[in-house]
Amino acid sequence: MSDRQQFATFFLGDNYFGVEVERVQEILRSQEMTPVPLSSPVVRGLINLRGQIVTAIDLRRRLGLPARAEGQPLMNVVVRSSGGGVSLLVDDIGDVVETCAESFEPPPETLALNQRAMIVGVHKLDDRLMHVLDCAKVADLESE
Amino acid sequence: MDSADGMDDIVKEFIVESTENLDQLDRDLISLEKNPTSKELLGSIFRAVHTVKGTTGFLGFSKLEQVAHAGESLLSRLREGVLVLSPSITSGLLAMVDAVRTMLAAIEKTGSDGDTDYAPLIQFLTQLQAQEPDGKMRDGLVAPASSFHAVEQEQSQDTIAPGTAEEDRDDQLPLGQILVEGGHVKEEQLASALDQQMQGDPRRVGEILVARGAVHPEEVLEALQAQNDGPTSSLSSNNIRVDVGQLDKLMNLVGELVLARNQILQFSTTQQDSTFLNTTQRLSLITTELQEGVMKTRMQPIENVWGKFPRVVRDLALACGKRVHVEMEGKDTELDKTILEAIKDPLTHLIRNAVDHGIESPSQREAAGKSPEGRLFLRAYHEGGQVNIEISDDGAGIDLSAVKAKAVERGLIPQEQAARMSEREAYQLLFLPGFSTAQKVTNVSGRGVGMDVVKTNIEKIGGMVDLQSAMGSGTTVKIKIPLTLAIIPALIVMCGGERYAIPQVSLLELVRLEGNGARQGIESVHGAPVYRLRGNLLSLVYLNRELHFDSAAAQDSAQQDVVNIAVLQADDCQFGLIVDEVNDTEEIVVKPLGELLKGLSVYTGATIMGDGRVALILDVMGLAQHAGVISEVRQRKLSEDATPAAERARERKTLLLFQSPDDGRMAISLSDVTRLETFSRSSIERTGEQQVVQYRGTILPLVHVSGLLEERRLQPRGVSPTAEDKVQVIVHTRNLRSVGLVVERILDIVEDDLSTRRPASRAGVLGSFVVQGKVTEILDVDGIIRVQDPTFFDPEQLLTGVAS
Repeated sequence: MSDRQQFATFFLGDNYFGVEVERVQEILRSQEMTPVPLSSPVVRGLINLRGQIVTAIDLRRRLGLPARAEGQPLMNVVVRSSGGGVSLLVDDIGDVVETCAESFEPPPETLALNQRAMIVGVHKLDDRLMHVLDCAKVADLESE
Repeated sequence: MDSADGMDDIVKEFIVESTENLDQLDRDLISLEKNPTSKELLGSIFRAVHTVKGTTGFLGFSKLEQVAHAGESLLSRLREGVLVLSPSITSGLLAMVDAVRTMLAAIEKTGSDGDTDYAPLIQFLTQLQAQEPDGKMRDGLVAPASSFHAVEQEQSQDTIAPGTAEEDRDDQLPLGQILVEGGHVKEEQLASALDQQMQGDPRRVGEILVARGAVHPEEVLEALQAQNDGPTSSLSSNNIRVDVGQLDKLMNLVGELVLARNQILQFSTTQQDSTFLNTTQRLSLITTELQEGVMKTRMQPIENVWGKFPRVVRDLALACGKRVHVEMEGKDTELDKTILEAIKDPLTHLIRNAVDHGIESPSQREAAGKSPEGRLFLRAYHEGGQVNIEISDDGAGIDLSAVKAKAVERGLIPQEQAARMSEREAYQLLFLPGFSTAQKVTNVSGRGVGMDVVKTNIEKIGGMVDLQSAMGSGTTVKIKIPLTLAIIPALIVMCGGERYAIPQVSLLELVRLEGNGARQGIESVHGAPVYRLRGNLLSLVYLNRELHFDSAAAQDSAQQDVVNIAVLQADDCQFGLIVDEVNDTEEIVVKPLGELLKGLSVYTGATIMGDGRVALILDVMGLAQHAGVISEVRQRKLSEDATPAAERARERKTLLLFQSPDDGRMAISLSDVTRLETFSRSSIERTGEQQVVQYRGTILPLVHVSGLLEERRLQPRGVSPTAEDKVQVIVHTRNLRSVGLVVERILDIVEDDLSTRRPASRAGVLGSFVVQGKVTEILDVDGIIRVQDPTFFDPEQLLTGVAS
């Protein structure tokens, strides 16, 4: 693995997250969603992405963060996953960031266990910390 | 060729082609066993093996070549009539086919033909060949014998003298003619060579010519090649091989196109521009045709799966010491490739079951007064947009008491339940996991994984399995499966402000209650809502409650003035699903749900609606289970099943009842009904004598049932007193063509066994029956249509119909 890695970044409230750029299929504005009754509360609905049906996950709920304010605009970060496309609903999109291996640190022990599974670690950037998300874990609701 | 990745296209193509050839070989060999002297079959088998051998030699798979060669030599003796087919020869040849198949698999995986030692097989094949040797033919010039020695000495094939390797065949140009046409020999030379042959020279024409120096050996080889290629190349130029993945992609794109078309159609209703409307109409038509065309490319005859069965049955029957012959009907019934793949294993399992457990040994059969040879009958046919497959044997049937005893022993059901259990219920026990009634476990079947797997696999593709059996006279397994999985007709309903699709296959009928009916029609049995549907209680399920919508809203809908009930069929029970609104039926493209939602059994997938939004497709089975209907209805079924068994055993038919012109009752089989429609009289147009309406982008000819039936009223009425603004039409579709039967009034849908029959008393009627205690005439749909349009069923008419 090369030292340098690129991450697509986004915000959930004040928290700054990144996923490996290769995992990201595309980024979309808020889309019409069809709710899926009886599904996990984390699943917000289904999106028609040019004929592909994508499951939208409320990343705030998934990570146990407080719900966003009513009417606050959403962004879709569509990531490729083994079981079809998954969209992560986030507050806002950041830049693509290049990191080097030295800036990486594993998550602190104090992080709640269920979140430690999804947050692989943090990159210490100049101005802030970027949480590195494991998309596969985020999309795997079974592990909860 | 050292690894699979490095395998070049020629090898890949060779594997694909050879695998197909081998499947054909299996079938041919089994047919040959019944008809051992058929020149045609022998020729086809010989050619197939020869092709395999030739190509393997060329590609350098020497082991494979040796085996194929030994087989070919044996076949050639058969073809010459020196040997006559015996069971041991057939077994030898089948073993050879298996060996070739194994090696092909090895080549596909590793790039080499494996390390298995086939020397015993080759020796066996050679010994078979040596049976009843015929002296006068063994002069060393007979191709197979000499070339066989060549292979034994590990020499390559090109040491075989040209001209000896091949024989002239009936369906090919004679070698001589090819040589003359190629300008290699003169006609006189050929004539004198043929003459020499006539006078007793045992050599082939090519050989004689080479021996005389009239032609080069290479030229003979080339001519032989041309002779072989001739008929095949002309065939293959009409066909191309397409990767299934490519078709799937195409299918997806067409699905998208259909959705885009629907969106445009929806938009077009708000537009006035006639050019735009016309273009939309054309786009719609083309899309429909394109969709049908692409669907067709994925359709394959069921024979592709069935073709393997005679071989399976033969091997199995031999292993069990039984005699079974297979009969097939409807081999060319077409199914989507995905479905075909999915039913392959379940069907094979059922066939194995039938031979292993169903059909008795010859001695037992004779003792029971049956022919010693068992009969396995496979039947496939289309009905109502579905394919039915039946597998029946004339074996011992299923001992229900043994089934029950076993179920009790395994702890699947308590003793007293077993005693109460109806016949039908008991058959369902066979489909429970971990159930096997075989007295002993054989290597064939009865290993515990059985009918439950069959059932699960069939249900996975939206099908149903049913089993009927009669002690002593056999068992029939019926499978109903959809034609295709990708695009299905579905009813769109609304619930909680969202749309849901219900696959049409599960939909029986729609009931709408208004006013008082809505408030009082729904009763409750100890809290469980029910509705009286034609005298029977129908369990009701509120979709909004099942989907846990706001309970206040659910309360509201219970108080509403209008109640929509979709009567659905789940497994063998019916229930009513209460929805907020019923929209139209639509052809929808089924898309799988992501891995995240796989656990939700109430949905089978999702689709994209005309407006681009996603709608969920309800899984009727899953919904019924979720709502707890299935177990509940099962209980009720028990009491219903108290009717005599004989009555239930009879074939039941679902009929659509309507009022006949003379106020009597008429019926047509529901399988003949594509849809029921209501048209306003003003929408009826005329083309010549024919009344037509515009319907779903096509022109639907109308046939007035009343006009074609002999009037039998005492006082013929003039103008119909009920000259309403609307006409009721039964749409009947055959071979992609539809016709609308105009009837007075649709009455009901009933299920009946059509037992009391009287012959027809007038034209256009098949006969009369007592249905629900009333005399009902069954309409002769074909006859009626033929009177109106004698060319309706003509295939040519179909073509022009599509082209126009």
